[in-house]
Amino acid sequence: MTTLTDPPQESFRPSMLLNDTRYRSYTFQFIALIVLISIIAYLGYNLVLNLRAAGLNISYEFLGEPAGYDINQTLVEYTSRSSHLTAAIVGILNTLLVAFLACATATIFGVIAGVLRLSNNWLVRKLMAGYVEAFRNVPVLIWIIIIFTIMTAVLPAPRAFRGEDADASMILGSIAFTNRGVYVPMPIWGPGSMVVVVTFILSIVGVFAYRAYAKKLLFDTGKLLPMGWPSLAILFVPSILMFFIMGQPISLDYPELGGFNFSGGLQIGAPLIALWFALSIYTGAFIAENVRAGILAVSKGQTEAAASLGLRPRRIMNLVILPQALRVIIPPLISQYLNITKNSSLAIAVGYADITATLGGITLNQTGRAIECVLLLMLFYLLISLGISAVMNVYNNAVRLKER
Amino acid sequence: MKKSVFLGALTVAGLTAGAAAAATLDDVKARGTLNCGVTTGLVGFAAPDSNGNWDGFDVGVCRAVAAAVLGDPQAVEFVPTTGKTRFTALASGEIDMLARNTTWTFSRDVDLKFEFVGVNYYDGQGFMVPKELGVSSAKDLDGATVCIQTGTTTELNLADYFRKNSMNYEPVPIETNAEAQQQYLAGACDVYTTDASGLAATRAAFEDPSAHVLLPEIVSKEPLGPLVRHGDNEWGDVVRWTLNALIAAEELGVTSANIADMASAAGDSPEINRLLGTEGNLGEMLGLEADWAVKAISAGGNYGELFEKNIGETTPIGLARGLNAQWTDGGLLYSPPFR
Amino acid sequence: MSDTHAESVAYVRDTMLPETPPPAAETGVTKWMKQNLFATIPNSVLTVAAIVVIYFLLAATLPWILNGIWNATSIRECREILEGATGGCFAVLSDRWNQLLFGFKYPSTEYWRPALAFLLLFVAAAPVMFFKYLPRQLLLFTGVYPFLAFWLIWGGSIVPPLLLLLGFVAAYVAFKALEKRGFGVAALGGLGVLIVAIILAGSIGKIEVLRLEQVQSRDMGGFMLNMILGTVCVSLSIPIGIALALGRQSDMPIIKWICVVFIEFIRGVPLITLLFVANVVLAYFLPPGTTFDLIIRVIIMITAFASAYIAEVIRGGLAALPRGQYEAGDSLGLDYAQAMRLIILPQALKISIPGIVNVAVGLFKDTTLVSVISMFDLVGMIRGPILASTDWNGVYWELFGFAALLFFVVCYGVSQYSQWLERELNTDHR
Repeated sequence: MTTLTDPPQESFRPSMLLNDTRYRSYTFQFIALIVLISIIAYLGYNLVLNLRAAGLNISYEFLGEPAGYDINQTLVEYTSRSSHLTAAIVGILNTLLVAFLACATATIFGVIAGVLRLSNNWLVRKLMAGYVEAFRNVPVLIWIIIIFTIMTAVLPAPRAFRGEDADASMILGSIAFTNRGVYVPMPIWGPGSMVVVVTFILSIVGVFAYRAYAKKLLFDTGKLLPMGWPSLAILFVPSILMFFIMGQPISLDYPELGGFNFSGGLQIGAPLIALWFALSIYTGAFIAENVRAGILAVSKGQTEAAASLGLRPRRIMNLVILPQALRVIIPPLISQYLNITKNSSLAIAVGYADITATLGGITLNQTGRAIECVLLLMLFYLLISLGISAVMNVYNNAVRLKER
Repeated sequence: MKKSVFLGALTVAGLTAGAAAAATLDDVKARGTLNCGVTTGLVGFAAPDSNGNWDGFDVGVCRAVAAAVLGDPQAVEFVPTTGKTRFTALASGEIDMLARNTTWTFSRDVDLKFEFVGVNYYDGQGFMVPKELGVSSAKDLDGATVCIQTGTTTELNLADYFRKNSMNYEPVPIETNAEAQQQYLAGACDVYTTDASGLAATRAAFEDPSAHVLLPEIVSKEPLGPLVRHGDNEWGDVVRWTLNALIAAEELGVTSANIADMASAAGDSPEINRLLGTEGNLGEMLGLEADWAVKAISAGGNYGELFEKNIGETTPIGLARGLNAQWTDGGLLYSPPFR
Repeated sequence: MSDTHAESVAYVRDTMLPETPPPAAETGVTKWMKQNLFATIPNSVLTVAAIVVIYFLLAATLPWILNGIWNATSIRECREILEGATGGCFAVLSDRWNQLLFGFKYPSTEYWRPALAFLLLFVAAAPVMFFKYLPRQLLLFTGVYPFLAFWLIWGGSIVPPLLLLLGFVAAYVAFKALEKRGFGVAALGGLGVLIVAIILAGSIGKIEVLRLEQVQSRDMGGFMLNMILGTVCVSLSIPIGIALALGRQSDMPIIKWICVVFIEFIRGVPLITLLFVANVVLAYFLPPGTTFDLIIRVIIMITAFASAYIAEVIRGGLAALPRGQYEAGDSLGLDYAQAMRLIILPQALKISIPGIVNVAVGLFKDTTLVSVISMFDLVGMIRGPILASTDWNGVYWELFGFAALLFFVVCYGVSQYSQWLERELNTDHR
């Protein structure tokens, strides 16, 4: 049919740009491009006009100037004489820290709540449903504020630890829960402690080696080696031995009540804990729903098939249900991680020094460089998101069902 | 023109046109209202009451300017701003003037291109601690946890002060005064620091104000004043001289009670006459009515009356005049002469 | 045979045993508890743990709620009445009720207007939400509603919204009339008529008919502001989201990349940074001399934010359609616009509705973030004017609890609807 009615070669007419489907798409794209460019040019032109009218300019020189403010939680060296750039880096690390911690705990909360929502215990099921609904349906900002307020009001102030007849006491004499944060003993790494650490790392490698060997033996000869106790022994015994051989190089620095605060030990600040807890419990509710949906998505036939093969319930869960459920759970899980990272920008409400509070907060206030600060801020979050999305794509490709 | 009609229709009520660059005075007159940037809520300085009317010391300045320019102290649109947004709001023309206890500093004046028209409150950063801590001087605060309200110069002063005295501290930056106060009361910080006036206002609202003391050290100079954009000197003059009129009125004994009498006819004092427009043409020079200052002073009274009504010793905030007394009484208030 | 059989059986019961009640452990509450609460030992441990948790929750909150004070004028009065006993000071809710709902600047005589608009919202939303059960004619009211709500909430003369409504109707008529000549021409024609109507509405809108007291955008506040931002931004973002999703699926590389960059950019940054843009940066990109109200700038940014998310949901719906649907459209000789409008989009949208509702709920919750940029929404009212006032300085739990409850009621309702809808739609496929 096509061979018979080959269209006559028409000469090109301008109207074909609109009517001929071969050319129309070029017309549209051309128009879109022009519109885009003119919008950008218009905005840029306005920006230049406005900046000139206000006598301002765009410059990133302020990043090199001393910040002049202090930050309560710094993972790198920072004083008030450090530059705004250092303050921004401190903020970035703090954002990453709280995001990482919250991702870990949110997963734990979510998995527990998701599994318990499918429990055959009526009360637990209802309680977990209550938890999930309460957190999913109330804005995260309100939860962050409420949890921060609860923490400050319920936990004792350091001065409650003072005196003979104190209202509060430290747990095991070494851990103090206060409304300024949790104080825990901090290890002091003496000379020779590296040997112990290296031994411990080698032990971890040893455990994996042992497990691989046991698996190989099982497949080759059918002999089943014990797993639990030998693993534990390999993990701890060499390190403990080495610890005493080297003359106990690692000691603990216990927190003590000083003038106003506890001194010594490691302080995990209240803002960090409040934000961490609020983000994990909030996102945990969403993850619980993902986990539940993932488990429900595995059809009942799979369980029955596995049971008819003679697998025990735990093995059914581990070998049949979970691998299939994970395929459903992981993609939304990763986008929840993305949400945690983005929601951590609400740190501003609890006084946690994340990137939004340093670069987008105090630095912006002090320097008045709104455009520059907000641009850098967006760039940072964009990079993080794109990074996480890239990981997600790699994973999706890896676990995609190989269909034929 | 076409564009503005189009946008105007799109957002019928939402779009307000104002000029970013020049002739703010004409814009305000054409619009019929003054857009005045204030804080989101600081008792005594600017806070909406339960009926939604803004009230306070900074608000008084806004109203005086509106009265001087438009003849109506109620013709003010109050735009709440945060520490972060106030400068952009002013720079972009969203507000005509900013009266948000903003500290006059070199970089704000020169680098950010704003014009501080004067000082309506001489403040300084202070510290508040619970009495039971037994601290009597800020020098004893080594190792303390300090709650700061962010968005002001407070963080910088605090860092400087502790560094100068080689003391350590742990800052807890909090966004709103209400939350900072809750942290402080629960003992999550030992010290609360902000401008001394803010501390007094905060303490006044406590359940038991007497359990907290303000430390004697004032660690910074905080001249708070209204500001406008660079480059529009006519408008800057209007705001500057309205503020000066309030201050001069107190010095000259012109109050909201006797102003009607004094303004009805020229009196014995030439300066009062010039101020109130019964002599000379100062108003005309500013581009305003002759009785601009009369309206400004009638709006809420002179400087002293505004102070007493909003933050003075008879109010819960209970601030003494201190540095904010007239120069004749040993304070710093000193209006240039009206002539 | 039967005889021998009869002999071999010694005894045949010819009456039934009387029915006896089941054993106590296998019936009623006991059985239910045994099955649902104490089935196994770990299960029992869980039950006990759950009871302990519930006990602590109730012990902490119940006295506080039951002992609450509803009538007082300040927190000091509350403290006096309570005399140190545990109890909430809920009087702040009754004292500032209107402020919490409407903000502090909406004229108090006009509260009926947003309240009426809120009630009518249900009437307008019902035909969309329960499209199977309500007559389609009701959709007409849904179409009228935005203009009616605008007039009710913002006030002013009824002429501009009415003209705009007529403009939309005229645009639709023009579109239908020109449809024969191709989608592009018809769309252009409709757009032209619409713009004429908008210009008309802008120029002769001064005519005073049925005038309500005008309220400025910046006077909106409280929960009303959350509702306005939520509904306006969601409804605006659905068409934009559809366009973006189609653009992302398009064969035209430039259009596709514009959409991809926009979507990924918006989804990559937190809403709060976009709000910072609206608040502190956007002003620099507008022509000198124009300043939009903060609320308009915020609506622009939130709409952009929501569109990107909705676009992704709809893209999922488009991708879920079998390839055959696209091919069927092509083989019928439909052009792109027709195929999309008549075949693809109706099905894709139907699949996407639950996802869109989830985005809408999330967005509605996120409207509280505007409190960070000095807007007085519900949370902003609480953190700003109410907690800053000398009367109610220190009433945290009551206010935030109330805010949480209000959001919970709305969001829970909508998400229950979404689940119901999901079940409703699912039946078609199985």
